[in-house]
Amino acid sequence: MDFLAEHQPELLPGNRQLPPVQGVVEAPHGTTIVAVTFPGGVVLAGDRRATMGNVIAQRDIEKVFPADEYSAVGIAGTAGLAVEMVKLFQLELEHFEKVEGTQLSLEGKANRLSTMIRSNLGMAMQGLAVVPLFAGYDVDRGKGRIFSYDVTGGRSEEQSYAATGSGSIFARGAMKKLYRDDLTEAEATTLVVQALYDAADDDSATGGPDVARRIYPIVTVITEDGFRRLTDDEASGIARSILERRLEHPDGPRAALL
Amino acid sequence: MSTPFYVSPQQAMADRAEYARKGIARGRSLVVLQYTDGIVFVGENPSRALHKFSEIYDRIGFAAAGKYNEYENLRIGGVRYADLRGYTYDRDDVTARGLANVYAQTLGTIFSSSGEKPYEVELVVAEVGETPEQDQMYRLPHDGSIVDEHGSVAVGGNAEQISSYLDQRHRDGMTLAEALQLAVQALSRDTNGSQREIPAERLEVAVLDRTRPQKRKFKRITGSQLSRLLERGAAGGAAESGAGGDEAGSDAE
Repeated sequence: MDFLAEHQPELLPGNRQLPPVQGVVEAPHGTTIVAVTFPGGVVLAGDRRATMGNVIAQRDIEKVFPADEYSAVGIAGTAGLAVEMVKLFQLELEHFEKVEGTQLSLEGKANRLSTMIRSNLGMAMQGLAVVPLFAGYDVDRGKGRIFSYDVTGGRSEEQSYAATGSGSIFARGAMKKLYRDDLTEAEATTLVVQALYDAADDDSATGGPDVARRIYPIVTVITEDGFRRLTDDEASGIARSILERRLEHPDGPRAALL
Repeated sequence: MSTPFYVSPQQAMADRAEYARKGIARGRSLVVLQYTDGIVFVGENPSRALHKFSEIYDRIGFAAAGKYNEYENLRIGGVRYADLRGYTYDRDDVTARGLANVYAQTLGTIFSSSGEKPYEVELVVAEVGETPEQDQMYRLPHDGSIVDEHGSVAVGGNAEQISSYLDQRHRDGMTLAEALQLAVQALSRDTNGSQREIPAERLEVAVLDRTRPQKRKFKRITGSQLSRLLERGAAGGAAESGAGGDEAGSDAE
């Protein structure tokens, strides 16, 4: 990135001159991303909707990307900028790995992403914010970890679950009630889809599972074996089984009162 | 004031080439071979940390013989070139041919500029394709020329001897174990024709494997995986040793 800044600064998002604009620029926005840790790894998932004001801009946008072998990043906020940020982030991790011959530590990756978000602050002030969620498997400590960010690049590690984007309040509520610290991988993937369902239930900008068009949330799992994205069949399997239960109980599983 | 001696350009270039060749010859040789599922890099390298082979991009690998600091410099330059290309355009737009051209330009400029000493390096840039026919291998000698190679390449100390050995024995459609076995045989032949043993821990082996599901096809082969492959190669070699032995015999005559 330093090399890029020296040679072709126009390629870096932070170095662009912004045209002075009144009000808010309309651009597609990505919505809800959720993450959950389980013993042995972490699950990161996102819905598929992008909105532009009150319009659905895209039904099948992909907002969860592998950053490298052991980490992934999910993005909420202005889709165009976010996708570019992820691309640059992926490039930087790969570049470091090739030049140095070793991977960055998970902590190092999280810090790098933090700097990149901060460099976007100018745009964020004009309404083009990018707020990612970063999850990875810490090879040194042998566990999955989640990092959440704010628009200024402030970084905080989340212990068990996290959500970002417009539907995050509802998703977080759902996860709070469903989370246990002895989840299996299969339970964790079900949990994130439940949370996304609840987010879509209450937030108009978050898309639920679309059975008619066969569009299901993107669910990714990062463990010791590396990054894996659930296939469409696996994701649809989870979404359909949840959907079936919700036909009887529209509000989903109930937690004990006391 | 002393008058500088006149040195003819031919002589100056010949001297520089000689200088570079000697530098390269001090290093150990390494070989790059095609096998059915990709391209394998094999070299003798006592160091675990300082690599002779490295990943440049998804399908592109790099091998170098000669002076470490000089080829490391070129390697990092190559990684930068490839990453910048891939970021600006698309991952598919980074090709071994483009990279080899950049290296050739750099090496050529340094070789012919009188202010600098020529680089004492010889490089191989290889790209694995979808099929063995699409594999590309380029050898870049110290003077900035490019040689398009097929099947097998050797660079470094006694490269000529090794590559003639490989040319006779390398065939298309070898398995990884067979190719590795052949490479080790070639490397362990000394200049005077005698054989010596290279232990597995002194071998550096890497592959560009087209069957890998990831985008990045480069992979180092170390430890138990390497010794397993060597054993399998030796076992396969023993079965064919009847024919191989005859061949070797006829060579000696």
